[in-house]
Amino acid sequence: MNLIVCVKQVFDPETPAASFKIDPEKKRAIPPKEKPMVISPYDESAVEAALKVKDANAGTKVTVLSMGGDSAKEVIKHGLAMGGDEGVQLTDPAFDDSDSFATASILAEAIKKIGPCDIIFCGRQEADWDAGQVGSGIAELLGIPSVTAIKKIQVKDGTAVVERILPDGYEVVEVPLPVLVTVSNEIGEPRYATLKGIMAAAKKKVTNWSSKDVPAVAAKNKMLKLFIPVREAKCEFITGETPEEAGAKLAVRLREAKLF
Amino acid sequence: MSENKGVLIVGELLEGKLASITGELLGIGRKLADSLGQNLSAVLIGSGVGDLANEAVALGADKVYVIDNPMFKDYLTDAYVGALEKLVKETNPEIVLLGQTATGRDLGPRLGFRLGTGVTLDCVALAIDPETKLMQKTKPVYGGNALAMYVGEDRPQMATIRVKSMEPLPKDASRKGEVKAFDPALDASKVRGKMVNRVKEEVAGIKLEDAAVVICGGRGMGGPDPFKTVLADLAKMLNGAVGATRPPCDSGWVPTINQIGLTGKIVAPTLYIGIALSGSSQHLAGMTGSKNIVAINKDGEANIFGVSHFGVVGDYKKVLPAFVAKCKELVAK
Ligand SMILES: Cc1cc2nc3c(=O)[nH]c(=O)nc-3n(C[C@H](O)[C@H](O)[C@H](O)COP(=O)(O)OP(=O)(O)OC[C@H]3O[C@@H](n4cnc5c(N)ncnc54)[C@H](O)[C@@H]3O)c2cc1C
Repeated sequence: MNLIVCVKQVFDPETPAASFKIDPEKKRAIPPKEKPMVISPYDESAVEAALKVKDANAGTKVTVLSMGGDSAKEVIKHGLAMGGDEGVQLTDPAFDDSDSFATASILAEAIKKIGPCDIIFCGRQEADWDAGQVGSGIAELLGIPSVTAIKKIQVKDGTAVVERILPDGYEVVEVPLPVLVTVSNEIGEPRYATLKGIMAAAKKKVTNWSSKDVPAVAAKNKMLKLFIPVREAKCEFITGETPEEAGAKLAVRLREAKLF
Repeated sequence: MSENKGVLIVGELLEGKLASITGELLGIGRKLADSLGQNLSAVLIGSGVGDLANEAVALGADKVYVIDNPMFKDYLTDAYVGALEKLVKETNPEIVLLGQTATGRDLGPRLGFRLGTGVTLDCVALAIDPETKLMQKTKPVYGGNALAMYVGEDRPQMATIRVKSMEPLPKDASRKGEVKAFDPALDASKVRGKMVNRVKEEVAGIKLEDAAVVICGGRGMGGPDPFKTVLADLAKMLNGAVGATRPPCDSGWVPTINQIGLTGKIVAPTLYIGIALSGSSQHLAGMTGSKNIVAINKDGEANIFGVSHFGVVGDYKKVLPAFVAKCKELVAK
């Protein structure tokens, strides 16, 4: 089988709110200096899901695909170090202003160019723009079925049996291949890139494509502004001689405020 | 082609009733339709939709399309997208809104791409620009650290809205509206995929998303036990439900359906008590709609205090038992 995983490089999404800054003119977040860029967490889950399918199906090839700047190579290498086989990197200034529509269109073209593929894996939502629609978009543009926010996938006889997360549990859906799935963290802890894996990744092939290979596409949505919402912090701190006393006083105060 | 006109909301059903998101969609849909001077329609899709269309009228719709067929009993992407594509192409709305629910976040983008228009997911504010008449779509980005406002010129303009971010209108049974059956005439053999099984993982007691009091524990709880003892105790006494941030769910301390946040449940209770959680932007995305927020954390600088009304800085192991004991005493009085 041939599997493709789409991954994206993002600022560390666990950056505390206090050190999160934006450039309202350029409508971009300013990368925190001390923190390195990382693979978007759900994309890492997507790599894990693909590798689980590869583990269960001998002769499977996993291609890691990323659109981004030069440094996107790092997240491709990360996927390869985890156990992916080959990488494809899409880098061109012409791709820079892509919204979800343009991103999905460019990725769909790249996937066609990579060749026949059985399952495409994406994260359920990227951790920067939180758009949550590139996966579904790729599937629609390729004309294949999709299942979003999954926590398990198994392949048998040309179909994928997939568990899709619901607010009160999950559902089991059977879909014919080729299919696109978007993966959630419930798939399980992504495997570590071992030292051996990192060394092997250095030798694996990464193909570079620009807008000459895969044409850029115009965005559909325009961002008018980006801003940090102002929150009025008015916390009334309850104190006491001891933590126990503070706890008891909190109960009294909430009762006073008729909160219970 | 005729001109695009009107606002269409895609309602959702839940256990034979209108899901609360449907009222929220109708509420914001009504506002947008009024500022455009156009009509608001709703579509209800499922099997056994019955009288719910009249309820949608009472909640603000001028017209309700009913797509009622056993084929739509379970949510399947292909079937739902196919049916809505036909309805949208036939009725040409200017705006289409869906809920940011398990269904909407799957259906919205797929439908948007099929219609060749730009969708924006998880919006918390929608408005019509008085000059351009375009819909401005505002959504949290960077896990909720910032907000971005988007517009798109293609038609229909599409968005999904975050659960509990919009107010429903009061139900008015005297409102008049038209109810119309719509048959998308879908070829069932073209629907790829089938539902094999649905597994419910419901927890006993009040549902987290409906609870008036939410007790939420974070990574600092240190393990599964406090969730089952002191947090459950407190929730029971205050008639509430227990929730968690993502780490306790990922660690298997509590079922994942208890997760509150960007990718978990959205709660907006009267009283939210957050214990040993830092208040990451992704968690705040699920709880800042709460009317009264109380936090207990040993770190006075924790972000959660920035959105709290009441706070105690201290080790929960000491603060909480004393708090619970005092609550019990006060409730008994
Ligand atoms: C794309 C994405 C989506 C996400 N979605 C969600 C989501 O939906 N919901 C969610 O919650 N998270 C989500 N997260 C994770 C989120 O970024 C944080 O990692 C998480 O919310 C942190 O949980 P926490 O506050 O419990 O833990 P921590 O940030 O580790 O905070 C623990 C807190 O407990 C305090 N503490 C420790 N011990 C004690 C004690 N004995 N007494 C009192 N206080 C104590 C500490 O001072 C600290 O403030 C998401 C992340 C990403 C990248």
